[in-house]
Amino acid sequence: MHSLLLGFITPFPDSQEDSPLRRSRRRVLVGCCTGLALFAIWTITTTITSLVSPGRFPSPPDVWAAARQIVVVGYADDKLWQHALHSLRLVLMGFAVAVAIGLPLGIWMGAYRRLDAFVTPVFSILRPIPPLAWIPLAILWLGLGDAAKIMVIFFAAFVPSVINSHAGVRTIEPHLIEASRTLGVRGFAHIREVLVPGAMPMIFTGLRLSLQASWTTLVAAELVGALAGLGRVLNVAQQDIYPAMILVAMASVALLGWGTTRLLDVVESRAMPWIAARA
Amino acid sequence: MSAGADRRPSKAEIWLLGAAGLATFFGLWAAVSGFGLVSPRFLPSPAAVAARAFFLLDHPFAGASLPVHVLSSLGRYALGFLLAACIGVPLGLLMGWYRLLDDMVTPIFDALRFIAPIAWVPFAALWFGTGIGGPIMVIFAGAFPPCLINAYRGARFVDIKFLEAARTLGASNLRIILEVLLPASVPSIVSGLRVGAGLGWQSLVGAELIVASSGVGYMMVQGQSAVSTTTVVSGMIAIGIVGYLVDLMLRKLQAVTQRRRGLA
Repeated sequence: MHSLLLGFITPFPDSQEDSPLRRSRRRVLVGCCTGLALFAIWTITTTITSLVSPGRFPSPPDVWAAARQIVVVGYADDKLWQHALHSLRLVLMGFAVAVAIGLPLGIWMGAYRRLDAFVTPVFSILRPIPPLAWIPLAILWLGLGDAAKIMVIFFAAFVPSVINSHAGVRTIEPHLIEASRTLGVRGFAHIREVLVPGAMPMIFTGLRLSLQASWTTLVAAELVGALAGLGRVLNVAQQDIYPAMILVAMASVALLGWGTTRLLDVVESRAMPWIAARA
Repeated sequence: MSAGADRRPSKAEIWLLGAAGLATFFGLWAAVSGFGLVSPRFLPSPAAVAARAFFLLDHPFAGASLPVHVLSSLGRYALGFLLAACIGVPLGLLMGWYRLLDDMVTPIFDALRFIAPIAWVPFAALWFGTGIGGPIMVIFAGAFPPCLINAYRGARFVDIKFLEAARTLGASNLRIILEVLLPASVPSIVSGLRVGAGLGWQSLVGAELIVASSGVGYMMVQGQSAVSTTTVVSGMIAIGIVGYLVDLMLRKLQAVTQRRRGLA
């Protein structure tokens, strides 16, 4: 017990005997304690002492009531699962279109330096414009409906998938590409057997960034104006000054973002068993 | 795919191809808008956008001229980003040294990480108003995580020999943090600042689109409701240029720190 206590206060590096098991046990313990302490502070400041006014930050019972309301009755015209499904569908559609165009383009640019030289200047003048800055233009072009959101998500997810697959192809050892050429591998087989597997780790880094950017952009686009979705819940809750519902909507967005990222992790370990085996 | 198709092109060839790419892009744009394929309200010609951007340089739209909007955005941005760096970097270093702090903060941080910075907009508006405080909080939410993570990683990956040497020589915790961890993590911190600066700029634009009464984002929203596509595109160009310049500055800083460390 003494050494456990000592472990809390002693700094890194772990010079004394500090087994990974003990370390992970301590992590869980400290994490749980911190969580409980935060929850206690939250409850005390919002309900018992009302140090924090309920108009600024909701109390735990308020959040529970808001969560029940949106799940059972619905809020901003729909129930929670309908809003969540709407947002999820838009993210997946924008992401899928961006990846379907971005990955081949990136790989192609990585393989052909001439195409790279042709596209890169255009790319580098468009790239500094953040995806969120496309939102007003998307609304002018396509209105407040789903199409504008998909367009903005496309812009957000497109850039990371192109850049990373391009960089991925460039990081492949030149020997591998030369060997494949010498052995007469051509065309599609060359792409499938050499370029794609070689670029795979970078490709997945790009997909992860793309997915994150897709969620950020969707929330922003829905906050600017939408007819349904979690961003609209946030927007309506803000106008109603309903902090508990704001918190519920934020938590739902975070959960969906986390869920889709986990899904991508699973796909990644399936797609690259050799990486998982090495780790 | 013929053999040797990827023979490295010469400098002149790269230059020519790049110019051709740009010419194709602007040519297509000009052709689509110039031949009346789409209405100018939908896609104005490059010349119309350039004219509008120059007009906005000294004529007010939505309360101020374009440079004034840019300045007011930059002011918010600088405050939010400085706040994120001044809290994120020291906290990251401390987490890299004190185990208890690491174990306490990491789970909270992991839970909050999945909240998109923009999703803080409603609370930011509720807590700090829509003037300057709200957008600053959103910028902070965007720029803070990379600042913290990179300082933490930098501190954790310091060569253990340095730490042991410093300790053997009797350095205090404060001295170890200031004189070993901080200098050793500078390259990592600077890359974190660069990522954070990009995310912060992007969050600022989002925040200004939703809650603000001045700034480039606000100007674009006003342009959108006035169906002035040229104003919207001018705003996009201004945002792109400022974002590019900020990134360029930090990239230079990154190159300098890496060169000093003999990393590049």
